[in-house]
Amino acid sequence: MSTVRSGARKRRRPPRTAAARENRAGLAFVAPTFLVVLAVVILPILWTVLLAFQDSALADIQEDGLLGRWTLANFEQVFGSPGFWSSLGTTLLYTAGATAGSVLLGLIAALALRRPFRGRGALRAAMLLPYVAPVVAVAFVWEVALSPQYGVVNAWGSRLPGWGDPIAFLTTRSYEAGVFGVHFDVPLALLTVIAFETWRYFPFAFLFVLARLQAVPRSLEEAAEVDGATLTQRFRYVLLPQLMPVIALLCVLRFIMTFNKFDDVYLLTGGGAGTDVVAVRVYDFLTSRFDVGAASAQALVLAVVLMALLGIYFACLAERVQDEPA
Amino acid sequence: MSGVTRRRGRAAGRARFEERLFAVVRPVVIVLLAAITLVPFAYMLMLSVKPVDALLRNPGSLWIAAEDLTFATYGSVLRPASEGGQGFLGMLLNSSVVALATVLLTLAAAVPGAYAVGRLRFFGGRHVSALFLAVYLFPATLLAVPLFVMFAKMGLSGSLAGLAVVYVAQTVPVSVHMLRNYFVTVPAGVEEAAAIDGASRLQTVVRIVLPLSLPTLTATGLYVFVIAWNEFLFALLFLTAEPGRWTVSLGLQQLANGLEVSKTVLMAGSVVLTVPVVLLFLAAERLLTEGLTSGADKG
Repeated sequence: MSTVRSGARKRRRPPRTAAARENRAGLAFVAPTFLVVLAVVILPILWTVLLAFQDSALADIQEDGLLGRWTLANFEQVFGSPGFWSSLGTTLLYTAGATAGSVLLGLIAALALRRPFRGRGALRAAMLLPYVAPVVAVAFVWEVALSPQYGVVNAWGSRLPGWGDPIAFLTTRSYEAGVFGVHFDVPLALLTVIAFETWRYFPFAFLFVLARLQAVPRSLEEAAEVDGATLTQRFRYVLLPQLMPVIALLCVLRFIMTFNKFDDVYLLTGGGAGTDVVAVRVYDFLTSRFDVGAASAQALVLAVVLMALLGIYFACLAERVQDEPA
Repeated sequence: MSGVTRRRGRAAGRARFEERLFAVVRPVVIVLLAAITLVPFAYMLMLSVKPVDALLRNPGSLWIAAEDLTFATYGSVLRPASEGGQGFLGMLLNSSVVALATVLLTLAAAVPGAYAVGRLRFFGGRHVSALFLAVYLFPATLLAVPLFVMFAKMGLSGSLAGLAVVYVAQTVPVSVHMLRNYFVTVPAGVEEAAAIDGASRLQTVVRIVLPLSLPTLTATGLYVFVIAWNEFLFALLFLTAEPGRWTVSLGLQQLANGLEVSKTVLMAGSVVLTVPVVLLFLAAERLLTEGLTSGADKG
């Protein structure tokens, strides 16, 4: 009885009111979350921007208040400091290498684990371990395993022909390698942190690719198989186009995350031996010199470079989408 | 005619060759993947139950001789510093307090917003939703400087409460995203029925929607817990000067930097740091992987 009446009342009320009520509820519900994000994320980031244009060390912020002493000196310091450009280059190499490595390995893993086999569920769970395990613990394991004095890698590797002396993977800026008499220098420490990053984040790519892979309709591949397409052809012309959107998304996500990554490099090499990524420099400015302005400027430059790169990427993407026939 | 048949025959030959090739390659790849994921953790476990001289004597050994097996490493790493240990038990407590506080604060902050952007149409809703997602991609380094300064000024650096607030900043955006993806799927009929029965919007959320979302809330909470437990940069920035408040991650890194503590004792510390996360994760693996990738399969 009462439901009928309230239903009738609802029908008589103009729809604008229901929408207005939903609007009010939406604003009320979003307000607390928005305020928290504003207070702990957005305002601090805006403050970083301010600090980057101010001349302030940690000690005198108290007196200066929020505004004042505007200057571009921080940016002069950042761009003029030795090693800034090479550090940016290192960051790009590190990011590109780790992104490509983790997405590629994740893709291979997803393809290998696509069809059921015994122990697949267990292996799938185990493969996520590098991703969920604490970075400090796994970095320590790598450090010990790669140690020239007591590491398992050198202990086994030195039995291989051509290995020679124990290799200090994490402290060697450039390693002279020789293959068939050709000698060339390898940025060993940088490659090692890229390998670490690849290892730690391939499970992330694996998860996403596998989820997408399982949504590809079976009939697509069956049709290609009937038409005589081989395995690699089916991958190249049927699966890959289906996976491309998720692969592109993963590349963007991994690129953003790795570009700003601090822990992994800091823990493995401390930013030494040719692995001085910008995020570690921000930390150094902040903690060893207490130079808040320079640290902010450095962080800001890093963020702007990242945004520029993403802007270029999305501009190219939009162009390609336009070029394609509808 | 015969050309076509020959070409077909060749194509079929190639198809057969590829089938055979990948029938071999696939198990090899699977074994390699299992090796690279499991061996480092096995190595960690193995070194944690070995005296350090056994490691130095034979660094290449991937096995423990029965006479070498020891659990003294765990005792030494867990005992408080006053008893000659490394005090990891206290650090475990610190890490748990920070991680649990982060989970509760994050969920409290994220649920209303996620519900609003997921289910309600309101002015600016799309923009707010995009903002939450954009914030998720903001680099932690941009946050590090102002939070470091702010907390130094407020005298909060060196406090676990301050650290929890920083972690909330890191986890709210991704939690909003995960929860929103679930709230979208709750059938509208459920809420309409509650509304017809006279429940207010808030009552509907608290009594109907939240109980329905318990699995997703759990998954999000676990994810946040893992992030907070594993976090290192802000612990390093805020707590380094206060050994009594070190989290396990920070403590392990600080001790690993020095030379006094033996590597095998620190390996026991690594195990202590890793085990809680892995246990939680294994208990809720399905929940977590679905929560993380929901939406990825929609194209």
